[in-house]
Amino acid sequence: MTIRIRVNGVERKLEADPEMPLLWALRDLLGLSGTRYGCGEALCGACTVHLDGQPIRACVMPVAVAEGREVTTIEGLSPDGSHPLQKAWVEMGVPQCGFCQAGQIMTAAALLKENPKPSDADIDRALAGNLCRCGAYARIREAIHQVAQASAPKPKADGKSTTTDENVTSKKETP
Amino acid sequence: MSNGPLKLSRRTVLKAIPVTAGGLALGLFDVAEAAEKIALPQGAGLSPNVFVHVAPSGEVSIVCHRSEMGQGIRSTLPVLIADELGADMAKVRIVQGDGDPAYGDQNTDGSSSIRTIYEKMRGMGATTRTMLIAAAAQRWKVKPEACEARDHRVFHPKSGRSLGFGELAVDAAKLPIPKPETVRLRPEKELTRVFRPMPLLDGPDYVTGRAVFGADVKLPGMLTAVIARPPVVGGKVKSFDATAALKVPGVRKVIKLPEPKRPWAFQPLGGVAVVADHTWAAIRGREALQITWDHGENAIYDSQTFREALTASLQKPGTVHRKRGDVEAALAKAKKVHEATYHVPHLPHAPMEPPVAVARVEGGTCEVWAPTQNPQAVQKEVGRALGIPPEKVIAHVTLLGGGFGRKSKPDYCSEAALLARELGVPVRVQWTREDDFRHDYLNTVASTLLTAGLDEKGKVVAWRHRSAFPPIATLFGGGTVPDARALQQGVLDFPLSVPNVQAEGCEAKDHTRIGWLRAVNNIFQAFSIGSFIDELAALRGTDPRDTWFELLGPARKASLEELGIEALPNYGQPLAQHPVDVGRLRGVIDRVTRMARWEQRKKDGRALGLAAHRSFLSYAAAVASVVKKPNGKLAVDEVWVAFDAGTVVNPDRVRAQLEGSVIFGMSLALYGGITFKNGAIEQSNFRKGGRMVRINEAPRTHVELVESSAPPGGVGEPGVPPIAPAIANAVFALTGTRARELPLIRTVKV
Repeated sequence: MTIRIRVNGVERKLEADPEMPLLWALRDLLGLSGTRYGCGEALCGACTVHLDGQPIRACVMPVAVAEGREVTTIEGLSPDGSHPLQKAWVEMGVPQCGFCQAGQIMTAAALLKENPKPSDADIDRALAGNLCRCGAYARIREAIHQVAQASAPKPKADGKSTTTDENVTSKKETP
Repeated sequence: MSNGPLKLSRRTVLKAIPVTAGGLALGLFDVAEAAEKIALPQGAGLSPNVFVHVAPSGEVSIVCHRSEMGQGIRSTLPVLIADELGADMAKVRIVQGDGDPAYGDQNTDGSSSIRTIYEKMRGMGATTRTMLIAAAAQRWKVKPEACEARDHRVFHPKSGRSLGFGELAVDAAKLPIPKPETVRLRPEKELTRVFRPMPLLDGPDYVTGRAVFGADVKLPGMLTAVIARPPVVGGKVKSFDATAALKVPGVRKVIKLPEPKRPWAFQPLGGVAVVADHTWAAIRGREALQITWDHGENAIYDSQTFREALTASLQKPGTVHRKRGDVEAALAKAKKVHEATYHVPHLPHAPMEPPVAVARVEGGTCEVWAPTQNPQAVQKEVGRALGIPPEKVIAHVTLLGGGFGRKSKPDYCSEAALLARELGVPVRVQWTREDDFRHDYLNTVASTLLTAGLDEKGKVVAWRHRSAFPPIATLFGGGTVPDARALQQGVLDFPLSVPNVQAEGCEAKDHTRIGWLRAVNNIFQAFSIGSFIDELAALRGTDPRDTWFELLGPARKASLEELGIEALPNYGQPLAQHPVDVGRLRGVIDRVTRMARWEQRKKDGRALGLAAHRSFLSYAAAVASVVKKPNGKLAVDEVWVAFDAGTVVNPDRVRAQLEGSVIFGMSLALYGGITFKNGAIEQSNFRKGGRMVRINEAPRTHVELVESSAPPGGVGEPGVPPIAPAIANAVFALTGTRARELPLIRTVKV
């Protein structure tokens, strides 16, 4: 069937089995390979993307569920790797093999949006679904804290959190 | 030809080439474009060896011939060469080397990269520098000794003249290449980039999703295959029905793969491949396959009964590989004998990126793109599978989403090659996580019996170490009794100030593909020895740290005679250069216990456990703290590590490896364990025996590196072995429960 999704701000149309996990639609049909396959059962978090601003595991989310909704992948988190988390990750040498890090960053970005000053416990709760076999956890925690400290929270006028990712600034066509 | 361009075939570095508009539905990895943009230059310039090229433009290309799997080798080796050369990193391109024997060994395994080629790699930079200086000296009619190279230029300080590397490249290329022994390495203090914080080369690509791992390689017309492999190693397809699979939209073909023959080595397992337009169709197609298997002789493999067989094997004397004094006589005379049997199950690799490979076969050659630790093994194995010579196989190395030893076995590359040949189009073979768990080359399963004889004063006078495990050699058709090579890891090289010592290898038959996992046999040997020393301390009422010191004896370099062995494989390095240095092992124990406030632990109300281990020519000691959580479960809340790897080139990546080793060691200590029933692996994903430590379980971790000018030792693996025994000993300190098997979850609530 034909499915329409907004991916990183761009309207995309694809022909797919509605049950195809969003992960494979992104990787195989839309050519967005930054979202990684790690387990296929929502156990590792390597495939984490935002669906209407909420972090989800794309490996178990049928693509049809994303119909008419906004998907943000690591490629759309910032146009040039300038999201504060991406910068902190590089500066602090967080990645080892790097395979899980797109998923870690997407989960962390969603956490900071909801909770700009998370405690260790908040971080642990939010990121417990993201495995890292290289064991970069201590640096992941540090990097999130550093970003949280560097950016003072900017509450919305209505005091509510927003469901759109304000860091998505790239509107140009991407493959 | 001494100074021409590099005689290399099609070297490409894998980079995602952004696909601009133009109606392409898929993001294609453009191989030709990638090769053109980032292969080593073939044109004019200076290239005295296969690692370095200096172009007339001044651009320096440096090959990283080892695989990047998280250890940061791409951020380290080329920088070492560039530093020795005096290059400006902004003008250096790093090229990932394909498989090619011209580079020497490329197997990124055994924590070997820096420790085996530290000087060789510096030599590559130094040779290039020497030639650039010689060219400059010739032009200026001055002595080369009066010149120096730095900041991408050669200077003659006396006259204030200087020339850029690029301006010298063509002239330098006309000069004879100096013999390696005549090339002077810079004094280490002259190096300005290494030994200090160094940038993470691939960092920006990792965090933006641009990094190209195995599954990210896409070729025009490429199909994707998912394979149903025999659940039991050595099993065969009796019959299969592909009707339903072929009805799944997107499935193109179903193909039976050839069956392997013993020894399994790196051959694919066989089975039935479903080839489709994309991954999801291939997965659905495989689910729809109807296959009847002939499970073969390994269908009897059952972890419960095998453990009994290992225990039985330990009751009989094994093959003696280490002997000093007379252990049996000393045990018979001992005032007290303490004995314990330890068990460690098969352990999975489970790198975050499951195995995957892309292959294309055209006109008698095969090109492979894969996350591989060993591209030369890819050439050899794919060549063998296709019946073509290795040099007809081009093995490109992508980034690895973790390796841990799994990706030094290229069975998955041969699968892709066989299917690509059969179909005449490029094929990607994608392993699912279930495939990864069920068809792993597991770390072996081991039982160890340790026996100590104590005299009337409680002094240990006899030490017998018996180990039963199917050795790695069985994978290649070798015997089922662990030999000296299998026992070198923490048994033959474990220094003991005990007059009577004996180590034996006991028979254990293999029923699956025995592989090697990060730290390999050291994992279970360190667990057994580290736990046993803690038991002896408790038995005698002595402090565990003091007990370690007493058993190790004074600082010294333990001789072969003292160890009671004729030779030590010593991880491929000469003993003269890398001795069994008891002082260094004592040193890390001393340091880590000071870091952890060991002496104040009772006052601090903490339950700490200690262990130390020499492996891969480095020395690691760990202290773990275990606490009881309000829910009654035990948790590791803090870990301290002291590490002595001799010379450290990239301290931050070494720290990262040690931090990671704590988590890796915790996963196998607490949860890890692969079990067999009816010959098949019972685990299939990151749960139960495949459960891994998560961020909410990650302890506060403190790592200190010993400053040393000793030759570099290994880094990736040696941090792992002491973690499990340190945790088990801390569990004992807290609860009084002694766990003699891993994972600890089988004994205590964690």
